Amino acid sequence: MIMALLTIITDNWWDIRDLSNLSHEIEKLIGDANGPAWLIYVVSGLLGAIGIVSFIGGVAVINIWVERRVVGRMQSRLGPNRLGPFGLLQPVADAIKLMQKEVLMPGTASGLIFTAAPIMFTVPGILLMAVLPWGRNMTLASLDVGVLFLLAASSLAALAVFMAGYSSDNKYALFGSMRVIAMLVSYEIPIVISLLGVVLFAGTMDLQGIVLFQEKYWAFMILLQPLAFFIYFISVSAELNRTPADIAEAESEIVGGYHTEYSGMKFGLFYAAELINAVVVSAIISTLFLGGWWAYKLDEIVPGWMIYIGKIYGVYFLFVWTRGTLPRFRIDQLLAFAWKWMTPMAILNLILVAAEVLVWDESGWSAGVMIPAFVVINGTLAIATVYAFMRLLAPKFERFPTALRFYSNIDVPSLPATADGAARAGTQTV
Amino acid sequence: MINDTGIVVAFYILAATTVGCALMVAFVRELVQAVLFLALAFVGIAGIYIVLSADFVAVVQVLIYAGAVAVLMTFAVMLTPAADRKNSSTAFWAPAAVLAGLVLVIIVFVSYDTNWQIANRPQFGATAAALGEALLKPYVVPFEVASVLLMTAMVGAIVLTKEEEGEDA
Amino acid sequence: MPDILLASVPLEHVLLLGGILFAIGLFVALSKRNAIGILMGVELMLNAVNVTLLAFSRYVVSPRPLDGQVFAVFVITVAAAEAAVALALAVSVYKHRETLNIDEIDLLRW
Repeated sequence: MIMALLTIITDNWWDIRDLSNLSHEIEKLIGDANGPAWLIYVVSGLLGAIGIVSFIGGVAVINIWVERRVVGRMQSRLGPNRLGPFGLLQPVADAIKLMQKEVLMPGTASGLIFTAAPIMFTVPGILLMAVLPWGRNMTLASLDVGVLFLLAASSLAALAVFMAGYSSDNKYALFGSMRVIAMLVSYEIPIVISLLGVVLFAGTMDLQGIVLFQEKYWAFMILLQPLAFFIYFISVSAELNRTPADIAEAESEIVGGYHTEYSGMKFGLFYAAELINAVVVSAIISTLFLGGWWAYKLDEIVPGWMIYIGKIYGVYFLFVWTRGTLPRFRIDQLLAFAWKWMTPMAILNLILVAAEVLVWDESGWSAGVMIPAFVVINGTLAIATVYAFMRLLAPKFERFPTALRFYSNIDVPSLPATADGAARAGTQTV
Repeated sequence: MINDTGIVVAFYILAATTVGCALMVAFVRELVQAVLFLALAFVGIAGIYIVLSADFVAVVQVLIYAGAVAVLMTFAVMLTPAADRKNSSTAFWAPAAVLAGLVLVIIVFVSYDTNWQIANRPQFGATAAALGEALLKPYVVPFEVASVLLMTAMVGAIVLTKEEEGEDA
Repeated sequence: MPDILLASVPLEHVLLLGGILFAIGLFVALSKRNAIGILMGVELMLNAVNVTLLAFSRYVVSPRPLDGQVFAVFVITVAAAEAAVALALAVSVYKHRETLNIDEIDLLRW
């Protein structure tokens, strides 16, 4: 009886398990008062936007604490624990610190571009949340070309990085931003091609359509496309400038990279944009690969958007896990990784998926046979591909290396033949 | 016919923004500011594509033009550090302006004088699927030729900027 | 509140927008001193052509109205390829002449 009551999602406007009830109620109110038709769109759009922006704002604050605490625990230390119970007020302290700092701008910097760069870095991230489905009827903007919209908006971040680096009038910032743009542009290709595999399976670029595909065939897309998930996860953590690809903002890098000259809340906006982008990308991964708001009939009891937020934080924990565990790559290692490993693997994945979809369409076998077959085939081929690439492309593992390993052999000139040089050469240990 | 209030208002706002950005590309002093205004003009034009009910082309426009071609231009600016970064005009700007004005007059005259057969069509449906079908059934030969063209452009760009062995890197 | 119906957007206005963008692009392409500036004008012209194509595809009677959009996609493709090669040429010329000023790049080889 209680289960029966719990599982029926009603149409009442106060039933928060389906937030579209609220917008239906507003639609009725405006329709009864004979308001103009476009007002309904504006009001329900504003409601959805307020919901999403409040989620983003909350996330930007909470994730500062989550990231530092979890990384601290992974590194066998406590993480922030001074301010408030378990250090929960640490984000508040960070915000106050950034707000009371003086916002400096270099005298020779172009003022408008300098100020606009952090804004342009943040806005595409928040814009991407608009196309994600939060429930069966809850999408702010249900686009037919949702996946392409995700790719297009995330490619605008490269321009923001250039604006930040160039307008600082600082050659180290320019170097840092050039490296970051090269990395961003290189990793866009594996992202696009691996998402094409998902779109081929689902047959639609609409994100709600992809979630419904996973619901219809009772399988998360990650089971059907493990290689695409692997490639997408690695490539997108490079796009987000997260470790192991955070060459832009690592503490030992060229001063501070593209945000050297930023201080105060402008730097705070860059920092918040990183966290917001990480959460948005986690949301994209959980929609495309992990089923979004659908979780094997669980969404009839628990509201869909709560399941979604749970999955977002699960994937975000994966990101924080890789940050706490893996060391950082050099820029030439990163670019070689993108072009020699990720792009060929993504193309192989695309060919495989296209062949599978063709076989599925042409033969008349039912989904109950094909989906488990695809799960098994794709899983084994993913493991085989990664293993083949490792055996063929990776440098040999030496237990006691005797020479430095570089992807391009750099000719190190020998020291000059002076007494000083000979003495130094004699005592030099490599 | 485009006659929803919101879309009409959006078209005029987007058109004004895009023309403003194009004028700034022509007249602003610094080269980098001109490239950034060009990127903004691309995004404005993508908005106009959406008004014209071409959603797939609009998203492709943002992805390729604002996301790749603009970044390519910024790379070209960054890789040429000793070049002049001013967006100045040559001595031929007056004849160029006259020519551009004449072209505009001709286009305006032709577009207002011709008797267009306007179709009373609603917005297009899902253009992505229809475009995919069109690219693979009637227009498959231009599609394949375009892929050969892209490969040629890639090879050409790499060959043009490759450093010969033995030269100072 | 009565529904305020503005006049619809006539085809001539969209063609006028395309014409204005084309004229501005032509002016930029013919009068800039920097090689990258000329390329910016060419890209503006190609975008103006795309606007015109899509306007015709949306408004005009046609047996296959989506052909305009197919043509626009091909124009975008060719423009991207041409921008890549043009910028590679510009960077390569810069390596030899240390300048991108087209007034100074007027001899083929010496």
